[in-house]
Amino acid sequence: MLSTIVINEVSKSFGKKLVLNQINLTVESGQIYGLIGPSGSGKTTLVKIIVGMDSPNQGNVQVLNTVVPNLKLLQKIGYMAQADALYSDLTGEENLSFFASLFKLKKDVQKERIAYAADLVNLTADLKKKVQNYSGGMKRRLSLAVALIQDPDVLILDEPTVGIDPELRQSIWAELFRLKKTGKTILVTTHVMDEAEKCDRLSMVRDGEIITSGSPAELKNQYGITSLEEVFLKAGGKQQ
Amino acid sequence: MRILALVKRIFHQMLRDKRALALMMVAPLLVLTLLNYLLSGNTVDPRLGVIKADDNLVERLKDNDITVLQVEENTKDLLLDKDLDGVLQFDGENISLTLTNDQPNAAKALQVKVQQAIAAEKAKEQAATLSAFMESIQSKLPGIPVKMEQVKAPEINTSYLYGNKDTIFFDQLSPILVGFFVFFFVFLISGIALLRERTTGTLERLLATPILRRDIVFGYLMGYGLFAVVQTIIVVTYAVKVLDITLVGSFWNVVIINLTLALVALSLGILLSAFANSEFQMMQFIPIAIIPQVFFAGIFPFESMAGWMQILAKCMPMYYGGNALVEVMYKGSGLSEITNDLLVLLGFALVFIVLNVVALKKYRKI
Repeated sequence: MLSTIVINEVSKSFGKKLVLNQINLTVESGQIYGLIGPSGSGKTTLVKIIVGMDSPNQGNVQVLNTVVPNLKLLQKIGYMAQADALYSDLTGEENLSFFASLFKLKKDVQKERIAYAADLVNLTADLKKKVQNYSGGMKRRLSLAVALIQDPDVLILDEPTVGIDPELRQSIWAELFRLKKTGKTILVTTHVMDEAEKCDRLSMVRDGEIITSGSPAELKNQYGITSLEEVFLKAGGKQQ
Repeated sequence: MRILALVKRIFHQMLRDKRALALMMVAPLLVLTLLNYLLSGNTVDPRLGVIKADDNLVERLKDNDITVLQVEENTKDLLLDKDLDGVLQFDGENISLTLTNDQPNAAKALQVKVQQAIAAEKAKEQAATLSAFMESIQSKLPGIPVKMEQVKAPEINTSYLYGNKDTIFFDQLSPILVGFFVFFFVFLISGIALLRERTTGTLERLLATPILRRDIVFGYLMGYGLFAVVQTIIVVTYAVKVLDITLVGSFWNVVIINLTLALVALSLGILLSAFANSEFQMMQFIPIAIIPQVFFAGIFPFESMAGWMQILAKCMPMYYGGNALVEVMYKGSGLSEITNDLLVLLGFALVFIVLNVVALKKYRKI
């Protein structure tokens, strides 16, 4: 199996505060990889470094065998930030078509992709509405649609299902599984344990360090317990 | 083209934001109109109280557009009661002038008029005395009577290099204001637009796509630049056609200058937005980066500034913009006379643009 994302000894500090401490992580091609941890644990910083929006103080990141940051690489990465970065004075469709043009999609491909992405996140009926009239969940869904717009090989989703109702969350995960089957690699951050259960592999992050990694089943076996929540508490528990 | 996608988006946003559009297109017209009427209003004749003044002098004062009132005494209450600008009191050889001085400019003008009137009256008296003296000498002297010419005040023919006798302060001020409004509103709108992209995270999202940093800067310059073109044409057309502001030179040269100014304002606005965290912080740049510009744009004469102020003036884009606009609109200069100003302005823009591209490294290193 090919490694899609390779993180090598990455450390990052803001001022004196160490946010990421010597992170090593490998995401194999075609996996759904979960980064799980409480807020403030450094997940978002790590995700930003993978996309190239932030640079590590030490170490390096390779995505698809290319050292980050790289402009051509960005064409192949679908990124969904934690905060909805949308133009609220534009309609959903205008947002999608703006980002589609930034990825230089041809007119007909653009139309197709917009229809596909909107349908996936259940926004087809609301495409003509201005984003400022969207609910929180709708904005989240539109952000996901933007991340999918150029049909990227790698998806990096920072808390994709926050504020989305359970039903839609199910359908988004169903779509992530479908995307995985078409060979895409997906990195998801979450702090919801039942989502972590759905990942092929997991890394638990706390205070800028990866405290444990493995498939959900492996982790549960390793600690001899049945729920990931307990694994997290046990693995992350402060050593006495 | 990614730049075009950005331009198209800015168009969508601007056309939907009716208030920002109105601020850019209509607000300058409103302010210009107000200033036009304020500065071209008629001056009110000063009111002067006189005590024991000679009738001839009173007549002369009246000829000089002074409203003269005979008063009894020179007291503060009287000055205020009768709404006088001053009292002129004669006491034998002594003349005293009391000025209200609530508006120093008007008081100075009144003082000069009074002094002139008194001097003229004195000169007339002396001339009369002199000719009486000559006549008495002539009558006593036998022989050829010499004809005395009456002394006449010399008449001065005034001609003007720029403007004419009806030129008012606003004619010289308006070119500067036309440029300043374009500068100010373009700065504000483009700066706040990019700031909003920073605070909502869309700028970061934008940089997570393969767009080049310089493409973002150029996209902004083009998108808002096109609105600046429309704004410039509206403002200049309105100033010249409706307000009848003096325009001696070419309309298109004015447009060129204003567009160059807009380019500087745009690049400065988006650059300063990098140092602001909110719209309010963006507004805080106005008294620091924008208001001083207007002082150095030619409202106060450059020659009378202190040395260090002159150096400061030369660091201000509006100094060059104001200068070029006065050259074209008021003095009728052509493109060759303003080339230097335009080049300096383009230099400013270039520096700001490069700094913008560098400043975006904060978000993405490449």
